[in-house]
Amino acid sequence: MLLDVRDLETHFYGDESVTRALGGISFQVNKGETLGVVGESGCGKSVTALSILRLLPKLTARTVGGEVRFHGRDILALSDREMRQIRGDRIAMIFQEPMTSLNPVYTVGRQIAEAVQIHTKASRSLAMAKAEEMLCLVRIADPQLRVNNYPYEMSGGMRQRAMIAMALACSPELLIADEPTTALDVTIQAQILRLIVDLKERTGTAVMFITHDLGVVAETCQRVIVMYAGRIVEQASVIDLFAHPAHPYTQGLMRSVPDRRRGRQRRLPEIPGIVPSLREPIVGCSFAPRCPFAIDICRDKTPALRDVGSSHAAACWRAEEVMGA
Amino acid sequence: MNGPLLKVQNLTKHYPLGSGLFKKTIPVIRAVEDVSFTVETGETFCIVGESGCGKSTIARLLMRLVEPTGGRVLIDGTDIAGLKKDALRAWRRRMQMVFQDPYSSLNPRLTAGQIITEPVENFECLGRRRHQALAADLLRKVGMSPEMMHRLPSELSGGQRQRLGIARALSLNPSLIIADEAVSALDVSVQAQILNLLLDLQQQMGIAFVFISHDLGVVEHIGHRVAVMYLGRIVELAPCEALFAKPIHPYTEALIAAAPVPDPTRLRLEAPVEGEVPSPVYPPSGCAFHPRCPLAVERCRIEVPPLVPMADGRVVACHVRAPATEISGNPALAGDRSILLAQ
Amino acid sequence: MALLIVLALAAPLYAGDPLSMDPFKRLQPPSAEMWFGSDNLGRDVFARTIFGARISLMVGLLSAVGAALGGLLIGVIAGYVRAFDNIVMRVMDGLMSIPTILLAIALISLTGSGVGILIVAITIPQLPSVTRMVRSAVLSVRERPYVEAAVSGGARLPKVLWRHILPSTIAPLMVQSAIVCADAILTEAGLSFLGVGVPPEIPSWGNMISSSRLYLSIAPLTIFAPGICLAVMVLAVNLLGDGLRDLFDPRAKRGR
Repeated sequence: MLLDVRDLETHFYGDESVTRALGGISFQVNKGETLGVVGESGCGKSVTALSILRLLPKLTARTVGGEVRFHGRDILALSDREMRQIRGDRIAMIFQEPMTSLNPVYTVGRQIAEAVQIHTKASRSLAMAKAEEMLCLVRIADPQLRVNNYPYEMSGGMRQRAMIAMALACSPELLIADEPTTALDVTIQAQILRLIVDLKERTGTAVMFITHDLGVVAETCQRVIVMYAGRIVEQASVIDLFAHPAHPYTQGLMRSVPDRRRGRQRRLPEIPGIVPSLREPIVGCSFAPRCPFAIDICRDKTPALRDVGSSHAAACWRAEEVMGA
Repeated sequence: MNGPLLKVQNLTKHYPLGSGLFKKTIPVIRAVEDVSFTVETGETFCIVGESGCGKSTIARLLMRLVEPTGGRVLIDGTDIAGLKKDALRAWRRRMQMVFQDPYSSLNPRLTAGQIITEPVENFECLGRRRHQALAADLLRKVGMSPEMMHRLPSELSGGQRQRLGIARALSLNPSLIIADEAVSALDVSVQAQILNLLLDLQQQMGIAFVFISHDLGVVEHIGHRVAVMYLGRIVELAPCEALFAKPIHPYTEALIAAAPVPDPTRLRLEAPVEGEVPSPVYPPSGCAFHPRCPLAVERCRIEVPPLVPMADGRVVACHVRAPATEISGNPALAGDRSILLAQ
Repeated sequence: MALLIVLALAAPLYAGDPLSMDPFKRLQPPSAEMWFGSDNLGRDVFARTIFGARISLMVGLLSAVGAALGGLLIGVIAGYVRAFDNIVMRVMDGLMSIPTILLAIALISLTGSGVGILIVAITIPQLPSVTRMVRSAVLSVRERPYVEAAVSGGARLPKVLWRHILPSTIAPLMVQSAIVCADAILTEAGLSFLGVGVPPEIPSWGNMISSSRLYLSIAPLTIFAPGICLAVMVLAVNLLGDGLRDLFDPRAKRGR
């Protein structure tokens, strides 16, 4: 097991309120696997990534409970210095908008080389050679010319490739990708997804793939966790999840995506209502107010994640009935 | 009146790059190049394409938020390009727009009620009571409670704001609504709510939509006819079902293949199309798609392919898949493409 | 700031006559009768300082209002009517390249001195900065989808401007006005010091500093009183500007 997250709890502090962005989530990432994290905006999927890497804004957010074990060591207890050595070297991250995460005043090659130099004690020229090699790996045409490009001289797709090159330059064991293709066009998205899957197979890096798009999950991941209102509501292999969703939220999510197999011009099954505010404590299941399956127990007691099949867990009192529906 | 509700003929828009005070030739962005199509009453006409293909520019041209470089936009047979101020304002009642971003398209300083009744107040003076009744009525139409009329946009969720945007568009009882990426900024579950709302409104009020989107799944779900655009030109225009069942233009094919499908058991065989969308300032010669096209032949590099009508009522611009020879024997058809497009 | 305004407005009620001269009480140290002592002509420095505040405030506020209104008008026109934009902004650039004080001196020497002309002379050089600010605010708002939405809803130009564009220029305009106000107070003091501002018989801080600089070692209060008041006033106006900015900035309010 590469990464073991237990009861991770993160709060955001506003002027008068506390937002419970993560309400105690536990999951594992195994060596070399691709784990998808899906959910809609505000469900806590990005906060999970930032909490693991300890990149939360210091003034407004704090991880108040739980542990994150990387190779068995709790990285939440490490000093900042030790954390910096893990970040980038053994756990790397790519973001949604590559333009904001690349420094506009340095060439792409230099930024990759710098990442290499921080973690290995390679010489400048060796690091530049490595940068060129990485650009070649992510299939940027003419890497020997492109190393000298500034980020603004590249297209969105190419910048995302450069970001991936930078993230993979130190051969990390875990790559956290936060909506890496959301800002890209469909044809470019397909190229980048294909690239990430290929590279994962070649380097054996585990990938945690954060996205809102069920289609992207289906095409890239082996295992999936579904998040809603700061909690994990379902966890399963990708095949099981799409074949028999066991949480009414997962089911609702899948049905509300337009799908040609169900016929056109029909009303889509919608999830009524809106996501609950995380400022007030939630009693019972957070999905109960929107859930067609909700019964009294759902409104009183919060369901825990429990097994509903081999390697398939759901946090729902009526998961068996949901699966049958 | 049996003519089409909206008829677009050879619409073209070039944006100059920078001001040309000291330069002799100003490079232009060819945002929209010679686009023609028609929209029938009560129909959903979709425009798909990737960023920079000109689909949003078309929306703004139709609303005359920007002036076209060339071409005509006819609504019920009247050319709106020739209209002057007051006539233009009157005409705007027939055509309204729903914007992409539910955050920036609502004035943050006005209440929900003020926002949705503003278009009506531009044309007539409403008393306080009629104003309230109208606001309540519009809110109910888009599935919101009338109490919401006193809220500010910042107190509403993304989905609710987009409902306000739709209510504002409905307030003038238009016969055509242009929706520019109206559901793209929303979460899937909210997106489903809004799409259902649009479908309901169309059924109840017979409104036609020009639905602009990059999301093929959504387009396939609600569209009647679809135009696929690449670098400012329509490359394929077809009835929705036919297009998705059997795309003819290689770009349409690539676009459909690239869209992720929420089905993990589906095997992805074909490799994604290579390369990226070229700059609209210096588009490739001939067919703009030829540098990325697996089928490209010599002719594609030299000659812009014309839109050629196919047997099933679609038009395709491709030298390989839809050679122009088919119609060369019929000059009547070749002469006026817009007749074909109206079919 | 409020304290200063109240003090200045209420001046005639408690301070002595700022103009009466008493040749026998020249350059006196502070006393119960004259709190800050007297100046070279035997005038009450305290009374003159307080009355000086009225002049300074009046010049500052009127210049700020003048610059704000003028700048708003020109800025909105330049921002919304494309044809004027280039011409107006080049003129403003031209104005901006001339130092404020020189321009004011030039204007005054053309017309002769007086408080009214002084305010105009101070206002004109401040126009470019306000205009620029308003123009950029208008430019950034006019591209917003909600303005386009209003236009496609059939709104007439004046309504679009009044309802959708003007409100979002008000916040930065208030802040800019506060800065202009502070600047105007300083400029007035500078001009008066140079002798081209307010006529010398009218008490103004610039006049006072100017006329007392010769007697710095004998009667330090004659120069420090108006000097310190000037500094406090400018600081207060600037703080007011900061406060206004925080009040109007929607980002600060939303807190997210």
